[in-house]
Amino acid sequence: MASLFSGKILRRRARATQTERVRERRHEGFLRYAGFRWAKISGGLCLLVIVSYALIDVQPRPNGGSWYGYTLGTVGALLILWLTALGYRKRRMTRDYWSLKAWTSAHVYLGLSLIVIGTWHTGFQLGWNVHTLAWALMMLVILSGLYGVIVYATLPAALSNNRDQMTQMQMLEAIRAFDRQLHAAAQPLGAADTAPVLAALEEDPFAGGIRARLTGRYPRCATAAAQRALAAATGGEAEARAKVVALLTQKQAALARLRAHLRLRALLEVWLYVHVPLTFALIAALSAHVISVFFYW
Amino acid sequence: MSGLVRVAIIGSGPAGLSAAARAAQLGLSHVLLEKTDHLSDTIFKYQKGKRVLATPERLDLRSDCRFGEAARETILADWDADAAASKVEVVYNAEVVEVTGAKGAFEIRTAKGDTIAAEAIVLAIGTQGNPNRLRCPGNDLPHIIYQVDDPEDFKDRHITVVGSGDAGIENALGVAEEALENRVTILNRSKEFARAKAKNVADLTEAGENGTIDIRTETQPKLVEEGWLTLETPDGDERIACDTIVARLGSVAPRAFVEAMGIEFTGPDREAFPKLSPTFETSVPGLYVIGALAGYPLIKHCMNQGYDVVEFINGNTALTPADEKDLAAIFAGLPQEKSVSEWLDFLRARVRIFADVSPLQMREFMLDSTVGFYRQGEVVFEKGDPGSSLFAIAEGHAEVEVAPGVTVPIEEGSIFGEVGLISGRKRGATIRAGADSIFVEVSRTAALKLMAAVPGAKRAIDRISLERQLLQIFKGGLTVEDLAPVVEGAEVVRVPAGKVVLTEGDEGDDVYVIRSGSMVVEKDIGGKPIFLRYLPAGSYFGEMAVLSGEKRNATVKAAVGSEVIKLTGAGFKAMLAARPQVREATEAAVAERAAMNGFIESRKASYASAVDLYSDTASFIMKEGLGEATDALLIDENLCVGCDNCEKACADSHEGLSRLDREAGKTFAHLHVPTSCRHCEHPHCMADCPPNVIHRGPDGEVFMEPGCIGCGNCMRNCPYGVIRMEATPPPKPGLLSWLLLGRGPGPGEPSPKWTKKRLGEEKPKKIAVKCDMCKGIAGGPACVRACPTGAAIRVSPEEFLSIARLEEDAG
Ligand SMILES: Cc1cc2nc3c(=O)[nH]c(=O)nc-3n(C[C@H](O)[C@H](O)[C@H](O)COP(=O)(O)OP(=O)(O)OC[C@H]3O[C@@H](n4cnc5c(N)ncnc54)[C@H](O)[C@@H]3O)c2cc1C
Ligand code: HEM
Ligand code: HEM
Ligand code: SF4
Ligand code: SF4
Ligand code: SF4
Repeated sequence: MASLFSGKILRRRARATQTERVRERRHEGFLRYAGFRWAKISGGLCLLVIVSYALIDVQPRPNGGSWYGYTLGTVGALLILWLTALGYRKRRMTRDYWSLKAWTSAHVYLGLSLIVIGTWHTGFQLGWNVHTLAWALMMLVILSGLYGVIVYATLPAALSNNRDQMTQMQMLEAIRAFDRQLHAAAQPLGAADTAPVLAALEEDPFAGGIRARLTGRYPRCATAAAQRALAAATGGEAEARAKVVALLTQKQAALARLRAHLRLRALLEVWLYVHVPLTFALIAALSAHVISVFFYW
Repeated sequence: MSGLVRVAIIGSGPAGLSAAARAAQLGLSHVLLEKTDHLSDTIFKYQKGKRVLATPERLDLRSDCRFGEAARETILADWDADAAASKVEVVYNAEVVEVTGAKGAFEIRTAKGDTIAAEAIVLAIGTQGNPNRLRCPGNDLPHIIYQVDDPEDFKDRHITVVGSGDAGIENALGVAEEALENRVTILNRSKEFARAKAKNVADLTEAGENGTIDIRTETQPKLVEEGWLTLETPDGDERIACDTIVARLGSVAPRAFVEAMGIEFTGPDREAFPKLSPTFETSVPGLYVIGALAGYPLIKHCMNQGYDVVEFINGNTALTPADEKDLAAIFAGLPQEKSVSEWLDFLRARVRIFADVSPLQMREFMLDSTVGFYRQGEVVFEKGDPGSSLFAIAEGHAEVEVAPGVTVPIEEGSIFGEVGLISGRKRGATIRAGADSIFVEVSRTAALKLMAAVPGAKRAIDRISLERQLLQIFKGGLTVEDLAPVVEGAEVVRVPAGKVVLTEGDEGDDVYVIRSGSMVVEKDIGGKPIFLRYLPAGSYFGEMAVLSGEKRNATVKAAVGSEVIKLTGAGFKAMLAARPQVREATEAAVAERAAMNGFIESRKASYASAVDLYSDTASFIMKEGLGEATDALLIDENLCVGCDNCEKACADSHEGLSRLDREAGKTFAHLHVPTSCRHCEHPHCMADCPPNVIHRGPDGEVFMEPGCIGCGNCMRNCPYGVIRMEATPPPKPGLLSWLLLGRGPGPGEPSPKWTKKRLGEEKPKKIAVKCDMCKGIAGGPACVRACPTGAAIRVSPEEFLSIARLEEDAG
């Protein structure tokens, strides 16, 4: 595996810790980092476990309690602690050289290798006990991580296309601007027509709850309702109403952009609210597992 | 006004006031003439509550008035008290409009028609000048104002802003803030807002679309009345309600007024100052100039000069300037023992570019310079080092390493390092001391000031730098003599951004060397201009046609405002003829460029979309001003998950403020240029920094050292809007206590709300904040290190747009 850390990279790293700035020429995502270095390491590790499991004849049978099982269990537990440390690394801005991209790359691939390390450690003895709880939690964390990687790989381009060089603040500001214009344009309208417009003006662009946020569907959108109501309305002030309807349509487009933006951001984040709490549950279950095996062994 | 005063002081800013106080203390008959009805108008007009800073710290204050870092109000109150205590004779509302007569009997006339007779005059009117007034009837009404101190002073009013520059637009945006409920109109005489920054125009256009500002183009004021304004519009006159008019029509610089007194300036440029003797006397005997007008914009300098000038006028010749000990410190490390003035004379006599410099100017330049003693063989700088300072050889000589083992001497009295000075790029060669030597290192800003103020120095530097630049480009044993035919006919041409220098298919055999800025080379392939190459400062172009005798085979245009040196084809040919080696090397370079063009053309046929993308990406990057960048943050939005960890990392690596705005900025094909400093080759932000604290560091980073006074000039001068004026937030609890106990606001820039709660009533000073490329942080740029996905990288445009990129994409 030595060739994976070729001399060039180590030198570059040493240089970067001195004074010279490394300027990159191309973007390279965390999955492709350093020519899939961590994918190779992790794949190799899995292969090693699978092959050795098949070759080594553990007596009486492969089990977490054998020396082989202990080895894999310890490696797995250490990996889990290290994987958890990503949350700390991400926020701890020390002044030495490190790259969160490299950490994420290693995190993802080594995290996946736990499927093999953890499962082979058990010797496939799963049942309804605290041990298997730890295993199940680990698998859930890994699954949520997998979802994370998929959204990280697919959604950013959509986020970028949707915002079309606008910032979130500008999107909000655009909606407020339409509100101001609506306020002025709605003055001549009669009471029946004014009510839905007022409701649209009072609408909070952020409201709608978690479900709406994640699906991007806002069935009770007051702006859409007002637009429908006024478009269907008849009677006096037709010209003013047409103007208000046009503005409502524009505001709806602005709202749609903001909502798509919030939805994509939510999808990119929501899984961490599963991934991280489950990580802590996993650590708790794992501690229980380790303590219990020492007591009852 | 009766009788003849010993000294009349015009202008009551820190300079004039300090002079008047000294005159009063010495018991000289004097008068202090002030245009407005209060002292020190420039400082009076600072924003309310602004913290006034007392830089440079090491300089001692020598004045009869108090001064130290404090709020504007405190300082103004102190000065009122000090003026009264010293019994300064102030005349308010006395705008001087004319000065006649000569030493011993000057006659000063004010706008009101009063005259004052004085033996000597101290001119301390600063550089603010007079705002241009409206020219229509009613222009003297009191509701016309010339500046907006605080937009909050205006609520629920009809406000019309006249003027379409940055100041006008910023004021209009300020008072149009929604909560103030003003009805704001802005008038522009022409169709476009051509004089304003793109950012301001964009904000204004947006405000116009939102309906918060009424933008009236091709419209001028015609008649001002109480509560009403008549406009002259393309569709005839119109009368609108108007309670306040903000007139931002620029100001007349005081130079014409000063020159009318017979005072000579150092040159025609905007940067020029009045010519002064060591005692601040101008070319008119008996007339003295001090303060900002003399080129010293810091309040402490102004006050010291006020004190000194009156001492000089009073015949005190033994007075040593307050900066004497700073200068002494600069010369302290040298082997010889000399007094400061002996050293200054020594340098002026020895170094050619200092020959025309006055003793007073010399003092100032030396304060921005260092003098070093170098042992024989000692390295002054290495090839590839960043650095933009200029070195002058006061004693000994220097050796330039032109090739490994080959050196060329530079003689005593000459200069070196001038290439970095002009192009802002890295050092092109290693320089050693040829003997035990004394070198003066002049900072870039001081050197540029020197060139603006002393024409002789500029000529000498220009010629030397052209010769050296050519020697460096066309190696092969070329000597300064060989260059004579080229240098004689050379011409420096300024090229604005986007302007074409060479057009594909044209005749012509001139050769160009890029002195500053950068160019892009494009070729028409299949009816579309395709980007071929980015040429940074120090490259040359146009040589293909000279060698082949054919038409221009590509178009070259300026990526940013640039300067090129035009060499005639004939002179260039003569130079090549003299040195066959140079001809060969040039031909080889041409062949390489032709091969690269050929490669792109061939790919265009088979991989049209990859070539188009490469070309369009290059155009986008140039349009975003990265043509003048040396190091810029680029985000790949195929990878960016919007976590803003880059911003948080930046804030946490620097006193809690983020120096980048990830989301803002333009995007093309998912390539996003966030709002963050690009470390320009010619940083616009450096142009006008009163305490001169913006510098370029060893990695090419443009940064601010401590000492910013918060004047906001750099923020206004940066065309990319990357500088914020912000106060450092209070320190927050550590990461672990946030993670485990939830204490504090967490990673990243704390919310203004949190900061406010922490600080209570305390109002910390706002200073300029911008990216310093994580200067001094061993790990390098925090924004890049902290990006979990690899979306954020820092690039130099030259490397980013290299042909290798296309090779990867198009095989
Ligand atoms: C926003 C801002 C912030 C700054 N902050 C700082 C800081 O924190 N620290 C610092 O050291 N420097 C600061 N400066 C720079 C400093 O304020 C000025 O350089 C300094 O005030 C110059 O002093 P002066 O006496 O030469 O001229 P000024 O202070 O400009 O005074 C000139 C006076 O002359 C009067 N006058 C002009 N023409 C006439 C005439 N024809 N007849 C009679 N009177 C006339 C004017 O009304 C004025 O009162 C700042 C500048 C600005 C614009
Ligand atoms: C990756 C983390 C780990 C997971 C997911 C995990 C999971 C499991 C599971 C599911 C079993 C089978 C339980 C059974 O027999 O019913 C098991 C057995 C066992 N594990 Fe782990 N384990 C992990 C780490 C560890 C560690 C760190 C140790 C010891 C320090 C350990 C020691 C044991 C022992 C001794 C057994 C055998 C217990 C028995 O046979 O009853 N495990 N483990
Ligand atoms: C048992 C194994 C794992 C544990 C304990 C674990 C734990 C964590 C923790 C603590 C974080 C930090 C979250 C934060 O602070 O924002 C994190 C982030 C992340 N994890 Fe895992 N993880 C595991 C497995 C995986 C796997 C298998 C994958 C992918 C296949 C994965 C993908 C990610 C990703 C993409 C992030 C986000 C990185 C970022 O945006 O900063 N994880 N993980
Ligand atoms: S602050 Fe602005 S002008 Fe100065 S270097 Fe950065 S981008 Fe260029
Ligand atoms: S290089 Fe450093 S200072 Fe500049 S934006 Fe990045 S983190 Fe901030
Ligand atoms: S850290 Fe990277 S992924 Fe996160 S917002 Fe910044 S550029 Fe995007």
